[in-house]
Amino acid sequence: MQFWIIQTLNSLALGGLLFLLAAGFSLIFGLMRIANLTHGSLFMLGAYVGVTVLRFVPNLWVATLIAAVLVAAFGGAIERFLLRTLGGNPLGQVLVTLGISFIVADACLITWGGDPIPIAAPAALQRAVSIGGVAFPLYRLTVLGVAVATAIALHLLMERTRLGAMIRAGVDDTAMAKAVGIRVSKLFTMVFCLGAALAGAGGVIAGPIMSAYPGLDADMLPLALIVVILGGVGSLFGAFVGSFIIGAIYTFGSALAPNLAYVILFLPMIFVIAFRPRGLFGRSAA
Amino acid sequence: MLIAAVAAILFPLVGGPFYVNLASQIFIAALFAASLNLLVGYGGLVSLGHAAWLGVAAYTSAWLYLRLGLQHAITAALALIMTTATAAVFGAIALRATGLGFLMITLALSQVLWGTAYRWASLTNGDNGLSGLTRPAPFGLSLEAPAPFYYFALTVTAFAIWTMWRFVDSPFGAALRGTRDAPRRMSALGHNVTLVRWLTFVYSGFWGGVAGLLFVYYNKYIHPTALSLTTSAEALLGVIAGGAGSVAGPIVGAAIVLILKNYVSAYLERWNMLLGFVFVIIVIFMPEGVVPGMRRWWLRGRRA
Amino acid sequence: MSTALQVANLRKVFGGLPAANDVSFEVMQSERRLIIGPNGAGKTTLFNLITGDLVADAGAIRLFGEDISRLKPHERAHRGMARTYQIITLFPKDTLEHNVMLALLGLSRVRWRAFRAMASETALRQEARHVLGVLGLAERATRLISEVSYGEKRRVEIAMALAQKPRVLLLDEPLAGLSLEERAQVKALISAIPRDVTVVMIEHDMDTALDLADRVTVLHYGKVIVEGTRSEVVAHPKTREIYLGT
Repeated sequence: MQFWIIQTLNSLALGGLLFLLAAGFSLIFGLMRIANLTHGSLFMLGAYVGVTVLRFVPNLWVATLIAAVLVAAFGGAIERFLLRTLGGNPLGQVLVTLGISFIVADACLITWGGDPIPIAAPAALQRAVSIGGVAFPLYRLTVLGVAVATAIALHLLMERTRLGAMIRAGVDDTAMAKAVGIRVSKLFTMVFCLGAALAGAGGVIAGPIMSAYPGLDADMLPLALIVVILGGVGSLFGAFVGSFIIGAIYTFGSALAPNLAYVILFLPMIFVIAFRPRGLFGRSAA
Repeated sequence: MLIAAVAAILFPLVGGPFYVNLASQIFIAALFAASLNLLVGYGGLVSLGHAAWLGVAAYTSAWLYLRLGLQHAITAALALIMTTATAAVFGAIALRATGLGFLMITLALSQVLWGTAYRWASLTNGDNGLSGLTRPAPFGLSLEAPAPFYYFALTVTAFAIWTMWRFVDSPFGAALRGTRDAPRRMSALGHNVTLVRWLTFVYSGFWGGVAGLLFVYYNKYIHPTALSLTTSAEALLGVIAGGAGSVAGPIVGAAIVLILKNYVSAYLERWNMLLGFVFVIIVIFMPEGVVPGMRRWWLRGRRA
Repeated sequence: MSTALQVANLRKVFGGLPAANDVSFEVMQSERRLIIGPNGAGKTTLFNLITGDLVADAGAIRLFGEDISRLKPHERAHRGMARTYQIITLFPKDTLEHNVMLALLGLSRVRWRAFRAMASETALRQEARHVLGVLGLAERATRLISEVSYGEKRRVEIAMALAQKPRVLLLDEPLAGLSLEERAQVKALISAIPRDVTVVMIEHDMDTALDLADRVTVLHYGKVIVEGTRSEVVAHPKTREIYLGT
């Protein structure tokens, strides 16, 4: 019983982390039609920045915040100075993000070395909470909570604020949004920063579960891609549902059939592409 | 062209073993990039999953040799069948989308194989890779030394490129280019655009697999890194750098990328970072490719 | 005399607005049908539905009695349907000859040959030259599309469509953007199309193509408003209403 509970909780935690990653990716792709291949590296960069911040300020949440801001700024710079010059050339933009992901990955390797660096969960959350005789590791519950809170916050942002309305308009019809007077280039930069911030924060929050290590980016990016392909581009709800489905498949797969975990991930993606190329909840076709 | 051919044939007589080996690697990379270019340059479909073909062919050949002790002629055939079959399946999936969706799906599919290569240790030996492999000995001739392998690689690559050139020049190739330039128009004219693309995808995967076989024969070793995004990216960079519009372009591009990689690795440890920078610079400043781009700058300089 | 093209209760809605709203009509074999209507009336949407570029929400399309509603565009081409586009969609970096050869390949088994050079397909090239000759473009055959005039491009579009030897030819605003002289040339071309090809044309300006038509269908807001012979439609009060806004 304990095994199933633990795996379920691990799935939910992984799903939550994937959501933080995939939500940003989906927003960026949905609005700007850029498949941001740097996204995995931004996640990893956030984790490493968190490691450094924690050496000075041993508070995980502060580290998360600082990492989010710094990674957001970095993301904004990439968008403003590199991606914008390639406007109208979506392929070029994707290739540039690919190039940057390589640069960031190697830069992290140079700066922080090749060994995995663990990040400690906040002391208060390092224990397990007992509910109905079953032990639930508290940190993983927290990660889930953070993800859900973020999802709600993003939802409110999208549905209740002007910024959200502008983003939704931009996702639906960029040309029309421009025609209506929305400052699309500024919006692009803001959304890119938001996506980067989510990725960076995700990296730190993932720290106690995954550590910071070279190759974290390459491990996370395909998962984010699969989530977005599955859940549909431009749909936060799709990213949410997709993240937990993939989180569950990956976790249970790794636990029950470790050899085939990656192959099993294949299947829902293929299924969805075959029958609904837009993804489960996609608005704009990929 | 003729000069290049003569130079290529005479090269091992003048070059030292290091350079001959380097040249062999260039042929392999050139073949790999050229096969990708069928899809990218002629089909207009950018894939970031080309490493899959290299990996499937190499691993299948290695596994069959090590676990079943089969001869190279058989393992090669089976490896190529496996690669082509995988390409058929992946192509059917990926072509449900075009443009960026296609890119993302090819990337995701190839990454799934990469992850599997690491994790399915009982099959692939995971992070240790598969070693203890040998090179084939066609007609009893050993390919262990640099020069014989060079000629082997040269022959295979030359034949492959020639076949690809015929393909591109044929009615099918013309139809393929048509689907790249105006797919809806081609549909209205009666061409089955999806089928044309799928066939090209599979054909591209086949030659990618051939490159994979040369790769595993050359190295006598295969490791999951061969399936990584870096491998796909290097091939794509070769295509872009050399210019996607011709059969020869990617050959030049792949050569540049490989030479750069070899020399840089001697001085810097950070090849990936340089690869990234080169990508960014080329995409922003020379999008048509290094070869056309340099020509453009050269002409501009002469006019001034 | 059989029905070449039948459209029955065709419906297509874009985000709440019906671009095609219960459209029905029949075009008889050999007929020259003109479909007119102000901008936004749904004419190009109708064409896209007929060719299969758009999938209808409801309704059926029949080509010589065969229900083609579920067929993909390239399958419809194989059933004898050809079209031209309002915005010229040619292959600019290729020669006129190459463009027509691509059209000929669309329905020919030769398109699957992957080893012989295109250059050695002499039969194909000769046929392409012949088609271009019929349209008065034989001397321009080896020029690039990007090098020829707009009027000539229009004629190549029609050449490509005719190369498919269609049973039903759909011309989407074939006279748009042409000078008076070019317009006369293209109109002469269209009149010269043999009667075994049924022609359906879209124009938004009634006067230009009226004399080419046998029957006229008037569309507005995705609905068929008036239909009849030339004189009937011209005289009909609703036609004036639509064009003059009274």
